[in-house]
Parts: sequence; structure tokens; C-alpha cells
Amino acid sequence: MRVQLREIAFARSGDKGDTANVGLIAFRPSIYPVLVQEVTAERVKQHFEGICEGAVERFELPNLRALNFLLHQSLGGGGTVSLMLDAQGKTFATALLRMEIDVPDELLEGREGESRAGRKGVE
Amino acid sequence: MPDPRDRADETGGHPQTDLWRPVPEPGGVPFELAGMGAAVLDPPEDEGASPAEAPDPRPPADPPQPIVRIASGQGFWGDWQEAPKLQVRSGAIDYLMLDYLAEITMSIMQKQRERSPDSGYASDFVGLMAGLAPDLLARGVRVLSNAGGVNPGGCRAALAQALSGASLPRRPRVAVVLGDDLMDRLDALLDAGHELRHMETGEPLSAVRDRVASANAYLGAEPIVRALRQDADIVITGRSTDTALTYAPMMHEFGWGPDSWDLLAAGVVAGHINECGCQASGGNTLVDWRRIDLTIPGYPIIEAKPDGTFVVTKHPGLGGRVTWATVTEQLVYEMGDPAEYITPDVIADFSTIRLQDQSNDRVRVSGVKGRPRTDKLKVSIAYRAGYKAVGTLTYAWPDAYDKAERADEILRGRLRYLELEFDEIRTEFIGAGACHGPLAGPPPDDLPEVTLRVGVRAADQNAVAAFTREIAPLILAGPPTVTGFAGGRPRVQDVMAYWPALIDRGVVERDVSVETAEL
Repeated sequence: MRVQLREIAFARSGDKGDTANVGLIAFRPSIYPVLVQEVTAERVKQHFEGICEGAVERFELPNLRALNFLLHQSLGGGGTVSLMLDAQGKTFATALLRMEIDVPDELLEGREGESRAGRKGVE
Repeated sequence: MPDPRDRADETGGHPQTDLWRPVPEPGGVPFELAGMGAAVLDPPEDEGASPAEAPDPRPPADPPQPIVRIASGQGFWGDWQEAPKLQVRSGAIDYLMLDYLAEITMSIMQKQRERSPDSGYASDFVGLMAGLAPDLLARGVRVLSNAGGVNPGGCRAALAQALSGASLPRRPRVAVVLGDDLMDRLDALLDAGHELRHMETGEPLSAVRDRVASANAYLGAEPIVRALRQDADIVITGRSTDTALTYAPMMHEFGWGPDSWDLLAAGVVAGHINECGCQASGGNTLVDWRRIDLTIPGYPIIEAKPDGTFVVTKHPGLGGRVTWATVTEQLVYEMGDPAEYITPDVIADFSTIRLQDQSNDRVRVSGVKGRPRTDKLKVSIAYRAGYKAVGTLTYAWPDAYDKAERADEILRGRLRYLELEFDEIRTEFIGAGACHGPLAGPPPDDLPEVTLRVGVRAADQNAVAAFTREIAPLILAGPPTVTGFAGGRPRVQDVMAYWPALIDRGVVERDVSVETAEL
């Protein structure tokens, strides 16, 4: 089934100069391999078209069921150079959670409370 | 059929929300909602955990080890002033960590010191310490802070002044760490062949030498440990790494040597969790912000042990929340390559971290591995890169977005009319996609209001000043139903760009000094 990442994961973003970093964390261990397979650096680059001017790097943290993405040249120069409202990239986390991927139906079972929490937690 | 990978694992479930309830292991204890007097199933592969027995919310019984409590009091200059007071007064802690320095803070402080030689430090720290000193001394809590900025000595002098009439159990001993500031030595270093190339572009610093406003090496824990050995009650550094403020006490209390890589790496992880204040204890968290009371929050507290394992927790009586989710969010925050988290003291591998949510706002961290430190120190340099200003105006329904767009067109037309040139002009519509840009999709037609936000940046201060005079006229000579101008003319700001570089550590370390004095 096609779902938004926010149904199955949460995230936190920050800045390192002109690079935004977005950590994507699976709600459940069983979802992590799906994130690894579907949320590739290339797809994240496409997702952030118009926002991320540079390369996207991805790092895997299976011990934390998390992926860390670096979005280079996405903060208008970063720091005080940037004219962006969100020069620190703190809202990039939920921008990533808008992305849609395919998840096997069986992995989505019993998650009503989770997706409610995810939805209520994001809105 | 529940996925076997989702059995109760190190997360202890999902404390805030009514989430999945894993199928109990055969012979195991039924798992309930964590955080409500529930049993916690320890994952079999977790070392040091006792087997699951009768429900017991206390952490697994390890052989007794001394615990040192290091509380986070401030995550940045401007953070909530009550947080450190609550940390000291709401329960037993051993150390209080206060972080005041963002990347460009040093350049602001250098400017202050140019105008007034006694300044150049975080003034809030002095007032805070003066108020807390009686409690700190009575409870034996020691303070570590980088509030010294570019004038740690001046900071201490101001503190001495503030405490001069105070009645205290005894006079506090205050240490200052000096040697991180490279401004006075910069030309000598460049002449000696230290090019201080930009870590990303490779350009030598000479390209912007005349615009450099501050240059500070990131020092590690060693001078802070020295200060603690000199029995300092309060340690004031200039630029040290934020994480060192948390793990220096661990090194001091537990005798960790400079080459105990795994232990130091664990300390770095603890420091990274602590360094952003409330962000690890329920602040800025997506899980589950509606059910966390952040009115009077407890910032994180690290309960450190000599073996490098530690628990992240908070004072029970205060708000906020500590769970595997809040801790994991903070772990990935401002993270580059997680396997190579480089600090002056060690390279920490965040891919080795093991978390165990023990419920009741306790998360155990273990398994951290580290690699030897490099032979370089990072240098944080700020240089003047022009001026900027940002103006905002708010347009109300109906057609709020169209009005804001028209105002932007008019504004840009007038800037062209004045023949003003800028390095960049940026327009954003707050309420209509400023945060997520194209991902937000087209704005709805009936927005109640939209805020037009326009920023400019230029090398020429006069051009930016002229821009600031073009905002107010739009109120009467622009589209209708506009408001939000009571703040007055936007101010022209100095742009300080950040120049990260590396330098051989010996060059810096030979001039680092630590000096403790009784106030």
C-alpha cells in the first residue's frame, strides 16, 4: 500500500552549514528494511527538488532503525548568510515525511494507533 | 500476524501512544504499555540485563557502580533561564552543563570586546550563577560552561563582582580555560604556513583574511578535566566542544585515560544527547508532542557510570519526557556521517549505540565504540560577508496570497527603480508554503492571512539600508488590508559567514592554560 512516510516513521532535522540533515526513524523495527529499500538518496533528492541544490548522501543506522540524510546546498548558504525563514532546516524533517512509498500490507497491520499518533503528532 | 521483528525490543514499546502490543514470548512476561508501571522485557542480546521476572519498573540490577549525574542546563544562549535552576533545585545532580556558543557567537562577542575590553562573554551566565551560587555550593554541584566566549577572564571578573557581597557557605573556586582564541596569533600562524583552508571549498584563509572577525580552536575535555582536578566549582571555557562539557566530568570522576577510545566515545554520545537541552527530553519531538507537558520541562540528566554505559533521564517532578524516541531524535540531530563523529578527543561511532527504554523517563545507552582521535583540531572562524535585512507585512482575506504577491512585485519594481543591487533577494509567503516550498503545493484560495517576507543581502550597507526604507511605504501605497508593521523599520544586520578549518593540534595545545582562583 502506498503511504506517506509520516504513517510509519518520524524524523528530526538540523543544519551543518549550508547542509540540512534529516534523520528518519522507523516506528517499528520491521519497517526499517522497507525504509532502507525505498527511501534512497536519489528519491530524496527528487523529493526535495527546488530545495536541495547539491547532492544527497544517505547513512544507515540499523542500531537506531534510522537513516540519516545530508541535503547539501539546501539552506541558502546557511547560518546568518541565508535569507531563508528556515535557515536552520528545522522544518525539513516533516518535509521528508510527506514523501510516499510502497509498503507491504502485512507490515502495516495493527498500526492504527501509530498512524493516529503520527498524524496527530505532525499536525 | 505480528512481525517477529516487532517483539518487545530495546525500545520498550512506545510510551506515549497506544501502539502495537507485541505478542508475548513463550514463558515471557506479558508486555504492557510502558510508562504505566509496566514490565520491561530485556532483549536477549543486551548484555548486563537481568532476565524478565515479576514486573519491576526499576532498571536491571548491575553490580553497583558509582553514578555521576550530569545535568543539561542550557542548550544555547537564549535558552530558558529557569531550566538550570530547576535542574539544581529539583533533585540531586553532580554537575550542571551550560552551553552558550553557536557557530557565529564568537564573532558577536569579539565585536563587543572591541567596543568594551571587559566584555565578550555571555552576560546571562553571570546573573544566573550569582543567583544559583548558594544552592550550588550547598549541594556540591559543579558547573561547566563555555560562557567565557572570547573573554573567560572577564567573565570570571564579572562573576566575582556579582558575588562580592553575597553570603555563601564558602568562597567558590572558578577556573578559566584559555588558549582557544587564535585571533591575536592569526597572522603568525598564516606566516608559519598554516593555511587554514576551508574544509569544504579548500580555499586558503588568506582569501578573506581582512574580513576575519573571530578565530577559535575547538578544545576538548583535557583542560576542563585539569580544572576539575584543581577543585574548581565553576569552569568557564571559551570555545570548547559542547560535548566535552558533559564528558569531562566523566573522565575526571572515573579516571578515563586519553586513549580509552570506547569510553570517550560513550562520553561524546552522552554529550551530544545533553548539548541541546530540552531537545532530548521532549522538546521539538514529533513523538508525541500533544501528550507531553512542556510548560515546566525537565532538561536531560546523564547518569554516567565508569564502564561507559549511562542512562538518560530527567527529574521526575518536572515536565518533558525521555524515551527511546526523544533520545533517538536528538542522536540524529546535526549529524553528518554517524560512524565518524569527530571530536578533539576521539572519533565516536554512533552506529554502535544501543538504546534500551526502561520506561519512567529512563533510557539506557550502551555499546558505544570509538577510534583514536586525529592529529588536528577544528577551528571555527567567522568573517564579515556583507549585510542583510528582512522585512515582513501581513495581508488579510480575501485574496491574501494575491495581495502579498502584488506587494512583492511592487517592492521589487521600486528597488529596480532605485537601481539598487543585491547579492540575493528572497521572497517567501508565510502561511502559504514558506517552510516546505514546492512540497507544500499550491496555496488554498481562502487563506485568512498571508505574511509576505522579503530578505536582501549585499556587500553594500547603503543598499540594504535603502531596502529597509521600502517596506513601510507599502502600507499606504500598496495592496489593501495590510497589517503587521508595528515592529517598525527592519534593522540592517551584519552577515557573518562561517569558515571551518583544521589546524595541527600541537600548535594550539601548547598555549592552552587553566587557572583556578577563589573568588
